[in-house]
Amino acid sequence: MGADQLFSHGVTLAVFVIVIVKVLVAFAALMVAVMLMIWFERKVISDMQNRIGPNRAGPWGMLQTLADGIKLFFKEDLIPENSNRFVFKLAPYLTLMPAFLIFTIVPIGGIVTIFGHTTELQVADPPMGILFLLAMSSVAVYGVMLAGWSSGSKYPLIGSIRASAQMISYEAAMGLSVATVVLITGSLSTRDIVLSQMGTFFSFIPKWNILRLGVVPFIIFVIAITAELNRPPFDLTEAEQELVGGFHTEYSSIRFAMFFLAEFMNTITMSAVIVTLFLGGPDGYDPSFLHWLWPILWFLAKTIVFLFGYVWLRGALPRLRYDQLMDLGWKVLIPISLAWILIVAAMQVNRYMGFGLLVLSLLCAVLLFRSMSIGDQSGEATDITLAPTHWPLESEAKQIAPGLKVVRPTFRSGTPESGGSK
Amino acid sequence: MIGHLLLTTIALPDLFTFIFAGLAALVGAGGVILARNPVHSALMLVMTLFSVAVLFVEQDAQFLAAVQVIVYAGAIVVLFLFVIMLLGVDRREVTQRDPLPAQRPLAVVAAILVLLEIGLLARSHWSTGQRAVVGPTNGGQSNIVELARAVFTTYLLPFEATSALLVIAVLGAVVLARRAATPTDTVSKLNTESSNILVEAVADPAISSDDGQRSHQ
Repeated sequence: MGADQLFSHGVTLAVFVIVIVKVLVAFAALMVAVMLMIWFERKVISDMQNRIGPNRAGPWGMLQTLADGIKLFFKEDLIPENSNRFVFKLAPYLTLMPAFLIFTIVPIGGIVTIFGHTTELQVADPPMGILFLLAMSSVAVYGVMLAGWSSGSKYPLIGSIRASAQMISYEAAMGLSVATVVLITGSLSTRDIVLSQMGTFFSFIPKWNILRLGVVPFIIFVIAITAELNRPPFDLTEAEQELVGGFHTEYSSIRFAMFFLAEFMNTITMSAVIVTLFLGGPDGYDPSFLHWLWPILWFLAKTIVFLFGYVWLRGALPRLRYDQLMDLGWKVLIPISLAWILIVAAMQVNRYMGFGLLVLSLLCAVLLFRSMSIGDQSGEATDITLAPTHWPLESEAKQIAPGLKVVRPTFRSGTPESGGSK
Repeated sequence: MIGHLLLTTIALPDLFTFIFAGLAALVGAGGVILARNPVHSALMLVMTLFSVAVLFVEQDAQFLAAVQVIVYAGAIVVLFLFVIMLLGVDRREVTQRDPLPAQRPLAVVAAILVLLEIGLLARSHWSTGQRAVVGPTNGGQSNIVELARAVFTTYLLPFEATSALLVIAVLGAVVLARRAATPTDTVSKLNTESSNILVEAVADPAISSDDGQRSHQ
């Protein structure tokens, strides 16, 4: 139950060395993965926008990220006069650390034997397991929040307040969809979650959580994670047209590079977490040779699919408006995931209870939807500071200021890469 | 006697963890009351909460540690910071003149009482140095299973009552915080301003026009 066999015979020097090596390998692999991910994102998004993208440094421009990194490293490190110096320096680390720490609980392969020591291919397998993900993602809010506040400037502050409100709102939906996985596994350990997804239905459909739980928690988790990552279409926190760069506007040089690193590291880590929770992690077809290799390859393949998905989302979807974002989080995702967790729990008891609860929650959904639409029609605006309940009509605007042209917002999809690496 | 207890029941790594985490918790606690800037105080509070979480892990109370970080560091202190930033009270406070003069002597008395209580509790015999009464170290099931069983069997009624109380509190907060406003408010407010602002308000609904944070595109 949630413990690496490595420690079953006490902690000797060899065990200690194995742990250190695992940490170093995970860190190095994540760094290289970030480098490749940035190149991959820029290449794919260029293809989607009919551009060529980076093609100078290295084969197919693969070393472009390295070149950008070195360039950033040698740039002048500016600290604004009005900033809170200590917090300003602390914030990039607070963003970077959780990104790496979450990766330590992801199982990237099967169980192997090194020098007579049996160990799991993941850095740590604590009994609290997936709760660690929730804890670390709630810590990640600090980095963004403090970066914006300590800059002592208005755009970063607006960006960080948006970011923290968004991350807090979507954490609830994320936690509830994780809870369904925990319910069906009966353990919090990530290794147990992966092990419980091995095997097949009817000997060909994999027994992954995405199918066992119905697809709903998976979809909710992916949406919530995208919002948590501040990636498009949820990147209001750094909306270039409104906020310059959001919370990292005032950052330059190596500190800016750290934010950038953390963002992509988070993207990779969260894709890996999705694979772990819903797609069986390293589970997959295993030919009867090279047993240690295939799980790792399966894990990588599944993760890359999600990484491509994130790039695709960035290329295809326009950014959400703030009130749309909050409506989606609070009025759609949280009620659905609450209902679904009840259904999953009832299914654990028996089928009749499960289907009964399904019908009941559908009825509740209809009621909720009806009450929301009545609330909208009654014309009482509760969030008037954030957005008007309706666009001022042409006639209303004419009444107030004759001869005025009403400009309606146009939403552009994806921003072309301008200038630097973003 | 204390040295003897330390050497016999606590392993060396545990001792180091305890000393480091304990010191960090104390430094953080001191920082909370000594820092002039409220944001620094909040950060120091986070440090204390983290150190206590480390102490929980060291005692094999993994679930408690995770919940400590998720709830206190992840939700409550974030809320503190959110309010501090949103209300803009993040500047140095004047601490020379006390608005409540009785506060300081009362605080000293309370501190002495708490210290006395801790001293008395530490002297009693039920601090045995054992990690847990139930749980993995005593051959039982994992910490989380034991906790879940206790919460959903023995203490089911208090647990449900607490959750009902929380829901009621949330509803109460929503009702209290609700402001009645009419949809014409936006338009009539704009009516008094110059027509220049209307264009902006229409063009960019995400930013309210009256707090001086206009964004030109």
